[in-house]
Amino acid sequence: MFNIQTQLFDGQDVRLGPIDHEKDPEVESKWTHDSDFMRMYDTDPARPMSAAMVKKQYEKLEKQIEENKEMYYFTIRARSDDRLLGKAMIERIEWSNGNGLIRIGIGSPEDHRKGYGSQGMQMLLRFAFAELNLFRVSAEVPEYNEPAVALLKKFGFVEEVRRRQALERDGRRWDLLVFGLLKDDWQNQAEG
Amino acid sequence: MKNIFRGELVRITAEEPEARAKVEVRWQGDSELHRLAGAEPAMMESEKKLKEWFEKQNENGFKPQRYPFSVRTLEDDKHIGFFGLWVDLIHGEAWVGIGIGEREYWGKGYGTDMMKLCLQYAFTELNVHRVSLGVHEYNPRALRSYEKAGFQLEGRTRRDILREGVRTDSLWMGILRDEWLQMQTGDQQ
Repeated sequence: MFNIQTQLFDGQDVRLGPIDHEKDPEVESKWTHDSDFMRMYDTDPARPMSAAMVKKQYEKLEKQIEENKEMYYFTIRARSDDRLLGKAMIERIEWSNGNGLIRIGIGSPEDHRKGYGSQGMQMLLRFAFAELNLFRVSAEVPEYNEPAVALLKKFGFVEEVRRRQALERDGRRWDLLVFGLLKDDWQNQAEG
Repeated sequence: MKNIFRGELVRITAEEPEARAKVEVRWQGDSELHRLAGAEPAMMESEKKLKEWFEKQNENGFKPQRYPFSVRTLEDDKHIGFFGLWVDLIHGEAWVGIGIGEREYWGKGYGTDMMKLCLQYAFTELNVHRVSLGVHEYNPRALRSYEKAGFQLEGRTRRDILREGVRTDSLWMGILRDEWLQMQTGDQQ
């Protein structure tokens, strides 16, 4: 099926869009003050950031994307009012091998469990496989991030690697899981 | 205290930009070597560019992130290879990159000696909790040597490498500090 009519960046309730350098820093700054979000989203030490710091980070990010050409970055926004809900990206792309690493985060706790992450994932995977023509995508997730593990499994990702005790948080060690999804498996799933 | 820079066959030195750039040009000409070790397309760089790159890395010093070494034989001080540790000090994890560029030193115990020094450095000097590495499934010689060094297979990312039109898996291995310490007491008995 050759389907360019179905929009890549429009989901049911959310859409993928670019960064808004004026409005987004304020919102993302709030997320960074929520340690739960930060520790689920990233294994780097959680660090609260001001809107000005976030703004600088966006500029650095866009410069990196332009120079390295190994990353695609989207914001996830509400279709109703364009509000910033989260972010979705494909990073560390190896063009010669056709693989990349995906990452999705929904910022505010009140926006969780509404299917926004799931809709974002659906668009991100279509972008990875039908637009970038990648052969496979991976996702890395700490074992304690159960919602992320559930989301990945729902989309057919398979747990491929368990890096034993690779993380330390709250005074104990945790495994880091690597999930993988191949284009064929994504396609079969999309078709039925 | 123990000399952690000296093994039974090799010793480790600072990464030497000039010497390293010289051999790197030759090693880059060995595409099999590159494809056994790397995931990126094989490429060739000038000696000048390589030297500048290694110099720049050295200027950065032993930052928490990267600990590179050159490897020389004890017998005749020949520069045969390298290893480096990329460290996440927050979570106590180090990633290893290791290679012997000079083919005549393959399969003679030099790699084993290098990995011993590498793990010793990671666990007793950097004090990390675990050491990780990746290896292509089509490199069974490396896989066996890592197993011998105490690494355990922790999984495989399916068909993520495309070489010569063939898709193959990357294998991922790890060794924990406790496992390594256990092996050391085992060695002494």
